[in-house]
Amino acid sequence: MALAKAPAVESGQLRSVIRSRSRSQAWTWVAMGGPLVLLLVFFLVYPVGQLLVLSITNDSAFTLAPYRQLFASSVYVDVLLITLKISLVTTLVCIVTGYPIAYLISVVGKERKATLLFWVLLSFWTSFLVRAFAWIVLLGRNGVINKLLISLGIISSPASLLYNFGSVLVGMVNALLPLAVLTMLSVMENIDRNLPRAAATLGARPGMAFWKIYFPLSLPGVAAAGIMVFVTAIGFFIVPALLGGRRETMITQLIIDQVQQTLNWGFAGAISVLLLLVVLIVFAAYDRLLGLSTMTGASAPRTAATSRLSSPIQKAGDALLTLLGVISDRIILLSPSRRRDRNPDQAGLGLQAFVWTMLIIISAPTLLMIPLSFGTGGLNWPPQGFTLHWYETVLHSPVWTQAFLRSLLVGLGTGALAMLIGTPAAFLLVRSNIPAKAAWLAFILSPIVVPRMIIAVGLFYVFASMGLVGSAFGLILGHTVVAVPYVVMTMMAVLRNYDTRLDHAAQSLGARPFATLRHITFPILGAGMFSSFLFAFATSFDELTIALFATGGLNATLPKQFWDEVTLQVSPVIAAVSTCLFIFMGLLIFVAERLRRRAGAR
Amino acid sequence: MTSSSLRVKGLTKRYGDFVALAPTSLDVAKGEFLTLLGPSGSGKTTLLSLIAGLAHPDEGQILVDDSDVTRSPAYDRDIGVVFQNYALFPHMTVEDNIAFPLKMRKIADADARRRTAEALETVRLPYVAKRYPRELSGGQQQRIALARCIVYRPAIILMDEPLGALDKKLRDQMQLEIKRIHRELRTTIIYVTHDQEEAMTMSDRICLMNAGAIEQLGSPEDLYFRPQSVFVADFLGESNLLSATVRQVDAQGLDIVLADQTAPSRAVGNGARFTAGEPIKLMVRPQNLHVGDAASGKLTGRLVDVMISGSMTRLYIAPEKADMPHLVAAYPTRSSAAPYEIGQLVSLGWNSADAVAIRDGRGH
Ligand SMILES: Nc1ncnc2c1ncn2[C@@H]1O[C@H](COP(=O)(O)OP(=O)(O)OP(=O)(O)O)[C@@H](O)[C@H]1O
Ligand SMILES: [Mg+2]
Repeated sequence: MALAKAPAVESGQLRSVIRSRSRSQAWTWVAMGGPLVLLLVFFLVYPVGQLLVLSITNDSAFTLAPYRQLFASSVYVDVLLITLKISLVTTLVCIVTGYPIAYLISVVGKERKATLLFWVLLSFWTSFLVRAFAWIVLLGRNGVINKLLISLGIISSPASLLYNFGSVLVGMVNALLPLAVLTMLSVMENIDRNLPRAAATLGARPGMAFWKIYFPLSLPGVAAAGIMVFVTAIGFFIVPALLGGRRETMITQLIIDQVQQTLNWGFAGAISVLLLLVVLIVFAAYDRLLGLSTMTGASAPRTAATSRLSSPIQKAGDALLTLLGVISDRIILLSPSRRRDRNPDQAGLGLQAFVWTMLIIISAPTLLMIPLSFGTGGLNWPPQGFTLHWYETVLHSPVWTQAFLRSLLVGLGTGALAMLIGTPAAFLLVRSNIPAKAAWLAFILSPIVVPRMIIAVGLFYVFASMGLVGSAFGLILGHTVVAVPYVVMTMMAVLRNYDTRLDHAAQSLGARPFATLRHITFPILGAGMFSSFLFAFATSFDELTIALFATGGLNATLPKQFWDEVTLQVSPVIAAVSTCLFIFMGLLIFVAERLRRRAGAR
Repeated sequence: MTSSSLRVKGLTKRYGDFVALAPTSLDVAKGEFLTLLGPSGSGKTTLLSLIAGLAHPDEGQILVDDSDVTRSPAYDRDIGVVFQNYALFPHMTVEDNIAFPLKMRKIADADARRRTAEALETVRLPYVAKRYPRELSGGQQQRIALARCIVYRPAIILMDEPLGALDKKLRDQMQLEIKRIHRELRTTIIYVTHDQEEAMTMSDRICLMNAGAIEQLGSPEDLYFRPQSVFVADFLGESNLLSATVRQVDAQGLDIVLADQTAPSRAVGNGARFTAGEPIKLMVRPQNLHVGDAASGKLTGRLVDVMISGSMTRLYIAPEKADMPHLVAAYPTRSSAAPYEIGQLVSLGWNSADAVAIRDGRGH
């Protein structure tokens, strides 16, 4: 910019100035973005590539044998189909039930919003393992549900509610609903609330205003939530392993079996390729239909030229929405409880009741764990007696305490490393004009897209050759790979909201760049940085997939230890650990929220 | 052309303990152009959204053509709203935006198309029909919002600072446009603005609001020449306010005495009843304050500052009496005028017909 204002400089001189300037700028870019790129190349691209190579080589000779094995019988294809079915149904249920929750959160007043959000976040941050375990207890023969159904006289003897499609679905929805809600919420919060109101003044009844105005505007959020949930679901193994029977085996479980039991790397690689292919196809379809740019929650530019939906589809969609509007308004008119003088600023009672029911359903399992962990009667409902025995067992067991310390260490390490590597990259993406920004961003976000299981298996293979298996350092590296995209995304959002004029002001007052960072930028960004640190920490603290292979024995992290115990036996000790974890996470959210508010109040 | 009268009775809105709108009553005649004017947070938007049915009043009634609509939902009221930030639907083309209210009223496609085109003609933007709102400039979006509102001919149109975001020139243009539309359609319009000049030039009547209540309601002349309170005198145009006491009231005006003086002078009333001995404020507009160097005036003061703002020259004067506020005098700028010197002693005078007595203190 300064150069453009210097016409007096001779052109040759100018060119050399530009060259030297761009050279030093290039070095700055490398210094800021290089570490992240190296991390991803060595611990994402290389391991995943290794896995693919393994799937087509046998003693360094080319072979397609693993793929032949994959399609030789219908076993593996059936598993793939089941995986797709479970993921698809989970996605649909999450969207349909999550939409009203996100909608209500986006329209209520500040205080009620904080309450609703707290329950969603609590569930979001509670370990997948803890939630899945809670459902085992809840749905068990002597669990709350069976006891309730019997006492209501609906059934006479305990029904087997576990290890079927239904229990897997419940667990999956519980695991992924918060993610769906939060993704949709980020779009809904940006919808101008005046738009539905404007529609009302123009004569649209509530149903019509919703379907023709609000719903189309919220669609990018629905689409983003859909793909996030689907891709996460397809790479899931905790829920189907704990809550499913043989017939609900998902594709990731096959990979685990191949690696842990038969050490058949080639075949594991082939299954991974299949999984990766499915995910890529889903993304490609999504991109064709909606454009990948909508994934970040930004609504796609809706111009006649760029709209990818051809006009007949659009017309049909419009007609469908009109129909939905008409039907909803008929229903509203018919319903006897419809009050003519309903306050336009208040959400309907039906909606509120639904949302609270859902929130109770997703939070209750973990909450019910608490009384059970103090009971003497095992995990049967209702809890009997009172004992601290289970907590004592945990505290006196070196395995558990070691695991906790290990997780803490790895979590802090991951948080620190992810911040160290991710923050400069976020600066680069927001503040500089590096070429191909979108491509870089896509690359940095790729650890979210590639199923976790594939990263984990690839890392295991690479770590094995480097002697990093079982080391905390290796685990930190692996966790940083999966946590760093979140850090970059959060920091980018924080930086976008940061008023760069403050930096300019400081510099005009004589502060050099480093002093500006130290005295102005970091203090103001502090809260945002801390919350992305917490996010990275929590991601690592709850990470099981990578830890599953990369640790063992006394090296186990807390989730790994939890997993080993749960797959061995379901005991009240686990309930005690669950409660501890739950409280620990609750405290973390509380701290994070406090910080966020303080940052917001500034 | 349809047009309705509007009557608001004791309308109240509270947010928790905070009274956003104190009980307010207001009558708007068929085809009238009424402007709501007032400082930020005085309850203008609140009043509009209650009338439109976008918020729920805690008390009071809203009558359109004498039928009670207080409990009717917004979509049944036939009241059009032009929102401050336009509220155009971003996912629809301009055409679809404008046709939206017609579709909601199940008007046949061909008819809707014709009327949409007409509305676009009215706001002089027929060539943007196929664009999306984000592809328009601020002024164009504004005009589309207007078109979307007039296309279905609502009986009453509410406009919340519709020209707030526009530059001066575009604003002048749009003011004319809105006036023209008002003339042609004879719709009842309630208009919110921060711009006094806009309020003065466009309105049949102005409703000046303050802290959630109506401070004064009347024609622009009423508010300018006969303000009922110090707040109104201060808010609308510039004014010099001098403390005084009423001596005597007669049919033509009042005898008053300026604070700390003994010589009586004359003033005109603002329509309120005054009693002898009552403390008042005397309002003299800057253009009516004469500055001379003879000792013939009613007050003397020292010149503090001279500012030439284009067509007007303004003199800031500190009265001799230390506790009186600074006064402003204004006159048309002339290049030949004798230069004033800062610090110079001047005398101030006014015609008694330009001195308006106002009850002291806020409110009535
Ligand atoms: N939803 C709300 N909750 C609480 N207070 C509110 C709410 N909406 C408005 N208020 C308060 O009511 C008062 C009146 O607000 P209103 O929007 O009517 O002001 P206004 O006259 O339109 O101001 P402006 O000229 O700035 O638009 C303000 O003090 C505002 O803070
Ligand atoms: Mg307002």
